[in-house]
Amino acid sequence: MVTDKMVDYPQFLNLMNKEWLVNHKVSEDKKLELRLGPPGEALDYNRNTTHGTKRAFQHTAETRTGEKEWPVDTTKNQCQKISCIEKIGDKVNLPPTPWSSGSTIYSAFSKDTKEEPQHSKASFFQNLPVSKKLAGMAEDFKQPCSPRMAVGEVQFADGKACCSLATADPDASTNITSNKRIEYSPVVGWPPIRSFRKNIASNSLSKPASESSNDKDTGGKPENPKTQLFVKINMEGIPIGRKVNLSAYNSYEELSLAIDDLFSGLLAAQRDPSATQNESKAKESAKAEAGPLAGSGEYTLIYEDDEGDRILVGDVPWNMFVSTAKRLHVLKSSELSTLQICSNEKEKAPFDPAVHI
Amino acid sequence: MNYFPDEVLEHVFDFITSHKDRNSVSLVCKSWYKIERYSRRRVFIGNCYSISPERLIARFPGLKSLTLKGKPHFADFNLVPHDWGGFVYPWIKALAKSRIGLEELRLKRMVVSDESLELLSKSFVNFKSLVLVSCEGFTTDGLAAIAANCRFLRELDLQENEVDDHRGHWLSCFPESCTSLISLNFACLRGEVNLGALERLVSRSPNLKSLRLNRAVPLDTLQKLLMRAPQLVDLGIGSYVHDPFSEVYNKLKIAFQRCKSIRSLSGFLEVAPHCMSAIYPICGNLTFLNLSYAPGLHGNKLMKLIQHCRKLQRLWILDCIGDKGLGVVALTCKELQELRVFPSDPFGAGNAAVTEEGLVLVSAGCPKLNSLLYFCQQMTNAALITVAKNCPNFIRFRLCILDPIKPDPVTNQPLDEGFGAIVQSCKGLKRLSLSGLLTDQVFLYIGMYAEQLEMLSIAFAADSDKGMLYVLNGCKKLRKLEIRDCPFGDAALLEDVGKYETMRSLWMSSCEVTLGGCKSVAEKMPSLNVEIIDECEQMEFNLDDKQKVDKMYLYRTLVGHRKDAPEYVSIL
Repeated sequence: MVTDKMVDYPQFLNLMNKEWLVNHKVSEDKKLELRLGPPGEALDYNRNTTHGTKRAFQHTAETRTGEKEWPVDTTKNQCQKISCIEKIGDKVNLPPTPWSSGSTIYSAFSKDTKEEPQHSKASFFQNLPVSKKLAGMAEDFKQPCSPRMAVGEVQFADGKACCSLATADPDASTNITSNKRIEYSPVVGWPPIRSFRKNIASNSLSKPASESSNDKDTGGKPENPKTQLFVKINMEGIPIGRKVNLSAYNSYEELSLAIDDLFSGLLAAQRDPSATQNESKAKESAKAEAGPLAGSGEYTLIYEDDEGDRILVGDVPWNMFVSTAKRLHVLKSSELSTLQICSNEKEKAPFDPAVHI
Repeated sequence: MNYFPDEVLEHVFDFITSHKDRNSVSLVCKSWYKIERYSRRRVFIGNCYSISPERLIARFPGLKSLTLKGKPHFADFNLVPHDWGGFVYPWIKALAKSRIGLEELRLKRMVVSDESLELLSKSFVNFKSLVLVSCEGFTTDGLAAIAANCRFLRELDLQENEVDDHRGHWLSCFPESCTSLISLNFACLRGEVNLGALERLVSRSPNLKSLRLNRAVPLDTLQKLLMRAPQLVDLGIGSYVHDPFSEVYNKLKIAFQRCKSIRSLSGFLEVAPHCMSAIYPICGNLTFLNLSYAPGLHGNKLMKLIQHCRKLQRLWILDCIGDKGLGVVALTCKELQELRVFPSDPFGAGNAAVTEEGLVLVSAGCPKLNSLLYFCQQMTNAALITVAKNCPNFIRFRLCILDPIKPDPVTNQPLDEGFGAIVQSCKGLKRLSLSGLLTDQVFLYIGMYAEQLEMLSIAFAADSDKGMLYVLNGCKKLRKLEIRDCPFGDAALLEDVGKYETMRSLWMSSCEVTLGGCKSVAEKMPSLNVEIIDECEQMEFNLDDKQKVDKMYLYRTLVGHRKDAPEYVSIL
């Protein structure tokens, strides 16, 4: 049975890499044929997988028997149903029975392995050897996810695994009600939602206290603490911005260091494009940059508040800053005199900003 | 056809309103082309760079309503740099110069400056309707110009725009003589509005049917507005925060009871969940409910609200509704056609989330479901297969698993079979967005079965060029294809370049296509604009044809290269 965990995954991967490369050429031509089979025929990555899949499916169905709402017919028959569509030419006869009386269900899990499809066993893992440079990263991935995610890493060229979208431990994921909190590092443009939807949860938490105390029956679920407050941050001279989670820090110093980290890699990449080719090199150069950036006074941090005004970072208490900052900018200190800056109450000389990075 | 005078044909054509049909009519013969073009009142341009305003004006001198779309769809997700293009000003300028009596302008993903709005407001005496969706570049000053100058304005509808809000006075710019408003939507504005002016405006607009307020409109104003406009059909509530024991709340309850015509409810930009009972009287008639801005609403309060909405046809909600909540929807909303479940916490994955269970429940309970946008934690093949069987009528099916390459968690298989079942079962499917772990196989299915597919969005999927080839070969009606982070390269791109002329556009970012490949397409197909978007300006330093292109956007056009592209865009 296909176990949910691929314990010996890394070795398996390496094996598959080699096999895939060998098999690839042989089956290439066959794979190119447009096969007109229905979904389900081509399911068998290997026999074991199919059986395992069916058993898993049964398992799913059986666990749901107790719940009334689950519409899948939980009688024993379901996994033995053959897919309804035999050939393209035949009229498609989906069973007309309504879901609740389910005698047949549309099952793509064909019982017979008619023709072994030309997909090699490794087709699932074909994701992995996408390119040679990424193959080396395969080892790092303990979970069955594609190192295509690492493309983002290379692009950003800093040490951070900004695309460490490891899937949850499969055990945990079958138990959806577990309280395991899965964090995703943000990939540009993912998930595909408009910007204003990204902070909806945290924005709503600014309700006055009297409201939430009256809220008796929300199922006793406490409000999530404000753990996500991502704001955009742009550095002058670097066309691609980053996002930083303000609530992850407790002081201006921490923020300053974090911003340093974020951009030092990008700065290094700009100065030396070849550094982006190799992840470890980028890490090294990032470390090298960390020193010079921090405390050099070369850059100044500015934020935009909820009224759209630009203000030097550092004037107000940290908490107040976090609650009003909507956007951050890292500007070259030498450029400041040409900008119109509004600092809170106090007049600071433009070359003496509150926070240096 | 020769026996009828032109006027008769024109009268007949008046009954043909769909753009596609009108386009077909114009192809029949020269005389039909001529009659059709003079009688055409509404024109839809899906890509503002496919044609020029001059040619539009030349062909359709009787134009009254224009719809324009600018940036590619992925611009919504910050994949298109800020000043890429899509400026409306040249269109308004050209129309203003001509004799066209523009009455309606609908824009999507375009850059609209205050200057454009001002020119618009002063150039067309009978201008009636302005609809801006996902646009940017203007401030409330531009809105003030519209309010002040468009004497017969009926509709000002701002949906999800980025507006620089200079606060307040634009509403006061509607003159006292303006009594023609039917629809006013300013929910996306962030700043204060002049509440007194708003009340007076609503009072003198007896035809007002649609009113969507922004966050700055407090509850007591809402109550007053409702008392003055009980004829409203569509209401967007701004702030819904108050003390349930207050006088205002009582008055609000009365106001809602008077509003017997409300069919559509949205907003709740700020909400106190324990006060939802005031809304129950109108729930029974609602056909559209949008609670997707209100994460504060969940649990039992939300369930109770939904249970009152038996006639709901469209529901937009956050995933804090949970699978259980979707179960309540399935039991209550038997007329449901469209469901959108948005993520409330896109970068974390706590309890506030939905899974495949919720979707299956809705599919089972709501057989009329035909349009879906579903952000979830996970999805299984089994669930998708069941959904496909339960709801064969999907026209739009957009699934977004928050972890973009997650396999079926039960079987660890890719989701090829599940999506395959969807395309096979839903013969009328026009729009599809994929996510989860996917191999070339799913594209084989799409190419085979998705005969009506017009728009396909792909991310982090496929194993090889074959995936893209299956789609390009199989989907004859494909108009828009947008791809990111897939291993599709030049072989797929170049296989059939003629295909792109039958489509509106193709977007490919973070794929394997090279500069050489793109150049090849541009060379072979002069009717396409092939744009390379290169924010890092790598191309400047390295013009190697083997260089991978980060973002490519190509589209068919009748007017060649555009002149307004920024520096980092090269048109090959």
